Amino acid sequence: MVDLRYESPETIEVAVALLAAEGQMARVFAGGTDLLVQMKEELVEPALLVDIKKISETRLIAIDPDQVRIGAAVTGAELGENEQLKAMWPGVVEAVELIGSAQVQGRATIGGNLCNASPAADSVPALIAAEARAVIAGPDGIREVPVGEFLTGPGQTSLGLGEFVTSITLPKPPEHGGDAYLRFIPRTEMDIAVVGAGLSVVLNPDGTCAAARLALGAVAPTARLVEAASEIMVGNKLDDTVLEALSAAASETCSPIDDKRGTIEFRTKVAGVLACRVAKIAWRRAENN
Amino acid sequence: MARNLVTATINGDEVEFTCSTEQTLLDVLREDLHMMGTKNGCGSGDCGACTVILNGRPVNACLVLGVELDGANIETIEGMAKGNELHPLQQKFLDHAALQCGICTPGILLMAKALLEKNPDPTESEVRFGLAGNLCRCTGYDKIVRAVLDAAVEMRASKS
Repeated sequence: MVDLRYESPETIEVAVALLAAEGQMARVFAGGTDLLVQMKEELVEPALLVDIKKISETRLIAIDPDQVRIGAAVTGAELGENEQLKAMWPGVVEAVELIGSAQVQGRATIGGNLCNASPAADSVPALIAAEARAVIAGPDGIREVPVGEFLTGPGQTSLGLGEFVTSITLPKPPEHGGDAYLRFIPRTEMDIAVVGAGLSVVLNPDGTCAAARLALGAVAPTARLVEAASEIMVGNKLDDTVLEALSAAASETCSPIDDKRGTIEFRTKVAGVLACRVAKIAWRRAENN
Repeated sequence: MARNLVTATINGDEVEFTCSTEQTLLDVLREDLHMMGTKNGCGSGDCGACTVILNGRPVNACLVLGVELDGANIETIEGMAKGNELHPLQQKFLDHAALQCGICTPGILLMAKALLEKNPDPTESEVRFGLAGNLCRCTGYDKIVRAVLDAAVEMRASKS
C-alpha cells in the first residue's frame, strides 16, 4: 500500500511544483466529495494529496469590471450565498447548487465539479452556456481555456503534468442578458442528471434575440454546445416555431447512453423538452435585466 | 505511515490528535477520540448519518480528512445538549417520537440545527429539502419533519 502524503501549500507556485514532482500519483484535493469516494472505492490510489484550499486565489469570488472570477475551491454553499453573483449569473449558481445535499454543498467546489469531468456534471452546461473559461496554473505559467474545450472525455480533462485549475472566469453579463439551468432527475433532490440544459441569452432592445448559447449535459461523453441553437434564436422572438426548432436541434445534438437512469430515446426526447423550458426561463430573466 | 499532528476545537474544547492522511474526520472521531455519537452509515456522503458542523457548516464527516482540520471548529452531537438540558430539537424529537433505531438521529439533529440557524422559520417543503441528504430507513420522515417544525416554533418564541 502506498503511504499517502498530504500537502497544503499557500501559493500556486508551490502547488505546481508539488504536482509536477509527483506526476500521475498526485491528486488535487479541494472539497473531497468526489475524490474521497473514488479513493475509498480504490478507483484512484494517489501517493500525494495537494490541498489547494489554503491558496487564496482558489477561495475568492472577485467581481471585476470586465469579468467575474470564481476560485476553484469555492463551495456550492458559498456561491449560493453570494447575492451579487446570483444576480449576474443565476443559471451558473443554480446549477452548482443542485450538486448533492446541503452537507455536500458545504464542501463540493465548482472547480472540483469541473475537473471531476463527469458527463453529467451539473455546473458544466451552465458554464459552457455562459462562456466560462478555466484558469489553469502550471510549470509554464498561467493559461486559460474555454470550459467546453477543457473537457475531453468522461473523467478526462486537458490538464497536463503539474497543472491545476485555480479559478473559473465568467464574462460580465451583457445588458439584457439572462441565463438558466435545468436538469431532469427521477426524484426531486439528490440525484445525478439524466439530462441537464444550460442556456444564456442576450436580447436586443426590440425584444428579439441578439445572442444565445445552449449546452447539454449527460447526453454525450462530454457536455455539448448545441451549435444550431444560436442560429435558430438570433433575430427572433421566442415563439412556437423557434421553440420547436430549438427542441429538434437539442435532440439532434444528443448521442447518449442507455443506463439505469434513462434510455437513449428518453434522454434524446427530454433534451428537447428541457431546451425549451430553460430558454423560457433565461429569456424572462433577460427581459428583466 | 505518516502521522499528522492536528489541533482542532471540538464542541468548544481544544483537542490534539494525530492521524494518518487516509483517516477521515469520522474515523478520527470514532476510532481515536472514542466519540461514538457520530454514526458511520454509507461512507460516501449519501446518507448523512455522520453529519457534523465544521466551521459553521453541516458536512459529512466521512468526506472530510482529519489532516485538513488544524485550527478547525467542529460541533458533534455530543455537544448539542448543555449538560442535562436537551437542545429544543432533541426534546422535540422525543416528544414526537421522531426516532426508532436512532442511527440517523445524530446526523439529522445537527443538519436540522444548521438549517434552523440559517432559516429560523422554514416551510415544510424547505425542511424536507434541507434534510434531503439525511436518510432514515425506519421512522419515516413525517415525524422528523413535524419535530423540526415544532422545534422551530419554540426556538423562535424563546428568541423573541
